[in-house]
Amino acid sequence: MGFFVEVLIGGLMAGVLYSLVALGFVLIFKASGVFNFAQGAMVLFAALTFVRLIDILKDTFAPIMLSLLITIALMVVLAMAVERLVLRPMVNQPGISLFMATLGIAYFLDGFGQTLWGSDIYTLDIGIPKEPLMLLETVFEGGVLVASEDLIATVVAGLLVVVLAIFFQRTRVGRALRAVADDHQAAQSIGIPLNYIWVVVWTVAGLVALVAGIIWGSKLGVQFSLSLIALKALPVLILGGFESVLGAIIGGLIIGAGEKLSEIYLGPYVGGGIEYWFAYMLALFFLLFRPQGLFGEVHIDRV
Amino acid sequence: MGYSKLIKGLLLSMLLVIVGCGQKEEGTGTDTSSDSQTSSNTNNQAYAPTPDGNEQFVPVLSYRTGPYAPNGTGVANGFVDYLKLVDARDGGVNGVRISFEECETEYKTDRGVECYERLKGLGPTGATVFNPNSTGVTFALTEKTTTDKIPLITMGYGRSESRDGSVFPWNFPMMGTYWTAADVLVQHVGNLSGGLDKLKGKKIALVYHDSPFGKEPIPLLQKRSEMHGFSLTTIPVTHPGVEQKAAWLQVRQDKPDYVFLWGWGVMNSTSIKEAAAVRYPREQMFGVWWSGAEPDVTPAGDDSIGYSSVTLQHSAGSDNQVHKDIFKYVYDAGAGSGDRDRVGEVLYNRGMLNAAIVVEVIRNAQSKYGQKPLTGEQIRWGIENFELTQAQIDKLGLTGMVQPIKLSCSDHEGTRIARIHTWNGKTWEYSSDWIEASDAVIKPMVETAASNYAKEKNITRASCES
Amino acid sequence: MFYRETGQFKTSYQADQAIFPIRQDRIFILIWLLIGFAVIPLVASEYAFRAILIPVTIMGLAALGLNILVGYCGQVSLGTGAFMAVGAYAAYNFMIRVPELNPLFCFVLGGLTATGVGILFGIPSLRIKGFYLAVATLALQFFTDWAFSRIGWFTNYTPSGSIAVQPVEVFGFAFNTPLRKYFLCLTILSIFALVAKNIVRGRIGRAWMATRDMDVAAEIIGIRPMYAKLSAFAVSSFFIGIAGALWAYIYLGSWEPLAFDINVSFSVLFMVIIGGLGSIVGGLMGAAFITLLPLMLNQLPSAMGFEISTALIKHLEIMIFGALIIFFLAVEPLGFARLWQIAKEKLRLWPFPH
Repeated sequence: MGFFVEVLIGGLMAGVLYSLVALGFVLIFKASGVFNFAQGAMVLFAALTFVRLIDILKDTFAPIMLSLLITIALMVVLAMAVERLVLRPMVNQPGISLFMATLGIAYFLDGFGQTLWGSDIYTLDIGIPKEPLMLLETVFEGGVLVASEDLIATVVAGLLVVVLAIFFQRTRVGRALRAVADDHQAAQSIGIPLNYIWVVVWTVAGLVALVAGIIWGSKLGVQFSLSLIALKALPVLILGGFESVLGAIIGGLIIGAGEKLSEIYLGPYVGGGIEYWFAYMLALFFLLFRPQGLFGEVHIDRV
Repeated sequence: MGYSKLIKGLLLSMLLVIVGCGQKEEGTGTDTSSDSQTSSNTNNQAYAPTPDGNEQFVPVLSYRTGPYAPNGTGVANGFVDYLKLVDARDGGVNGVRISFEECETEYKTDRGVECYERLKGLGPTGATVFNPNSTGVTFALTEKTTTDKIPLITMGYGRSESRDGSVFPWNFPMMGTYWTAADVLVQHVGNLSGGLDKLKGKKIALVYHDSPFGKEPIPLLQKRSEMHGFSLTTIPVTHPGVEQKAAWLQVRQDKPDYVFLWGWGVMNSTSIKEAAAVRYPREQMFGVWWSGAEPDVTPAGDDSIGYSSVTLQHSAGSDNQVHKDIFKYVYDAGAGSGDRDRVGEVLYNRGMLNAAIVVEVIRNAQSKYGQKPLTGEQIRWGIENFELTQAQIDKLGLTGMVQPIKLSCSDHEGTRIARIHTWNGKTWEYSSDWIEASDAVIKPMVETAASNYAKEKNITRASCES
Repeated sequence: MFYRETGQFKTSYQADQAIFPIRQDRIFILIWLLIGFAVIPLVASEYAFRAILIPVTIMGLAALGLNILVGYCGQVSLGTGAFMAVGAYAAYNFMIRVPELNPLFCFVLGGLTATGVGILFGIPSLRIKGFYLAVATLALQFFTDWAFSRIGWFTNYTPSGSIAVQPVEVFGFAFNTPLRKYFLCLTILSIFALVAKNIVRGRIGRAWMATRDMDVAAEIIGIRPMYAKLSAFAVSSFFIGIAGALWAYIYLGSWEPLAFDINVSFSVLFMVIIGGLGSIVGGLMGAAFITLLPLMLNQLPSAMGFEISTALIKHLEIMIFGALIIFFLAVEPLGFARLWQIAKEKLRLWPFPH
């Protein structure tokens, strides 16, 4: 029983980490209807920039803070460049073309980031405690072992969702974002500047990528594989629904717990290594009942 | 879309690229990592024939990008630096210059095949010998090299059964196959437990990269587990291995006495971190020689202390004569491929050793066919009849890094001994004596596997007598 | 001046419904076939055959298949690699288990197996749409990655899970030289291109296009969406399955599950979109472009005399690749096929502007 709880908790926390990446996808899809495959590359780019700047600025008084600020500024520039060079020329293109364009962005960023910063593996240590914690020792035999890194990631993800929720619900820009998401043309006609909104939302997605990159980077070391984590976020995304911030979190929890439990309890019977596809199958299964994801919006087709 | 927009788009895209290149220059100017060094001062020579045509072309398949870049870069730098050294110090092999060209495979099979096709015909006599640096690419090239008559040296990787030269005349898994590595590891943990017979009832778990590379040791470990009565659990990790929580929860539940790690790239450091997260003692973890280099342990920080791996004879270190020569002739001349500080890392040394062996087999082939550019077929003779004596090792400045090797038609591996080294937080330290893999165990397996291959492929076994 | 339809009168329904109703198009196709079958074999080097022509023809076939699904029927799929893998592994198993079968027949059987899997995984498309479907097809991708490396039967219990193929020999004629392999691939590609061209202009093709443009409307005018979507999945995966078998047998010769991973899916999708959705010739142009571009970018710096490290070349290569993708999509979202069409329209008037 103790082990089951441990697997469950481990899975839930892994799921939260996926959610961190999935959040970036959701933000952009919500506001611009673009399925942004470059989110993984943005995670890598942000993390690489951050970790290499710390190294360069290590003689200054506050390398981490400075590096953070510069990285944030770079993400803003990136958002502006994407808006100017990709989204604006491609306005009114079908979704699939925009999706492919983001694949192009992903390739570009992968190459650009590694040209700029190198393709070695870089250790990112910003003082997140690593010692595993033993919880509930009195309840279960052997206790439940929890990685403290994962705990912190969970807290960060929770905070991020709260901040994003407030941003979307309470601020002027957030309301404009929701209006744009609802109907581009209507939003434009009441005077919401579309291009500005896009820059804002890509910036926010870039910041989410930075957070995800820092958390994942301090876990794995910063290198190319970070950009492949996007693939783990996709089932979370279709399960939760492309438009829902909450869905990204709930979806992450379900996927994380589902894949770990399946790997531990089902895997040994079929040879193991099933968690990758199991996540997708799980999401597919849910989709058969709710084709727009758990929290996605239902679109009614009119002829 | 109007034409003005079209042109604007074009201009902006070009701008994007130009800005990209410009910023790259800035980046390389300010930081000091090995990679930026690579981009600033490497001269990867695209192959250009010399006027007199007196040269031996060595193709270099490497990967400096993608998920496995941190490991691939070290191997490639060592390999290329040694070739440069031979040219700068000795003016080639007996006056025949060594030329080379690098091709990026990204550790992908199809790119590796394309590189092979691109490079195999270069040079006056075609490519000398291929070192694919990837088990997957080795599998794909095994047949092609047979048709093209170019030998394949797979130092410490590739097909384990390919040491049988009567079925695989063109494959040379020199200095150790995965079966050798697994056998040495089993013997080592046997020694730790106080004898191989003490392994009875113990549990060993293999955490492996889910690819041909990771699966190679399984048959040997199964056989050993039958022999000694330990139980073997195999836990696959999906490429590239960034998410291993489930695997290590399984380890935590099973509590194996030893964990063997068969990982590559980012998978290794992640394994060590996850092991720490489930409090599995690193002292009981043993990696293959591809899981025992600096990029595998440093990202995990102090969590890596106590972790061991089998070595491909050599460990880290830059105090040999050969390193001094590399500093003197290559780095001081500004021709180094990587960062000076990283000369002598484990994977660097492996690449360097690999290149040294390539050069020596060329020398050996020249002793029979004359001091001129040789064909792949002639080089093959040079490899199959290759012997590296202690005296030669000393002369090459490789003392202590490699033990004598002797190849023959029936044994394309040459030697089966290895040591274990352990990470102490700063450097690798040897933690065992030389251990020789038991040929009584491996040889019958090689024969069976090679025969199966020959049957499937309709190959008649060549006789090793002639 | 050269491309003018004036004077070409159709006097029968047959002539009106011909596959290439315009004479210049017929001549043009003939010229292309002549180049493909006669000129290229005379001039191409061995490297060109092995590293360019064979991959382009095989990937062209895969792109053709995917174009049917994405371009004609509007169902976005990221599972191309999986269908190719199914075709390859099925062909391997048929060959090894029934050795007396003709290899070409095994390829077809491989394609048919892929068809079966395609229909099975096409079923969710009846409920799931758009990007949800695209991501859902990744389920198949990851599942096949896993199944082919983990279930021993598929690989004939090879311990490493890597497969080395048997020689391809048809009635005593061995396809063992690059030239012969190229002819085989080109012939198969030509036949399938013809088949595809005919399917898409027939009843089924029109049903697909109606479904693509608006599935609800298509249903109302009497097209059964299940029939249309599943038939698109079936035909598309048949093509892709055969391409997979060829890729494994003719190009790679030995492979592991990673040879058909998600990157293959993406690159075929690139080919289709850059080439032009819903165009047969576009898919082929896309295949040529996507295969050639990295090779050219890779060899360009050294050809121009720059000496830069392979890592930097590679990074620049993917950067330029990404930028070009964006550029092409921004400038001509309908792909090469559209540029081709524009060129034809201009040619029609040239040299007189009106």
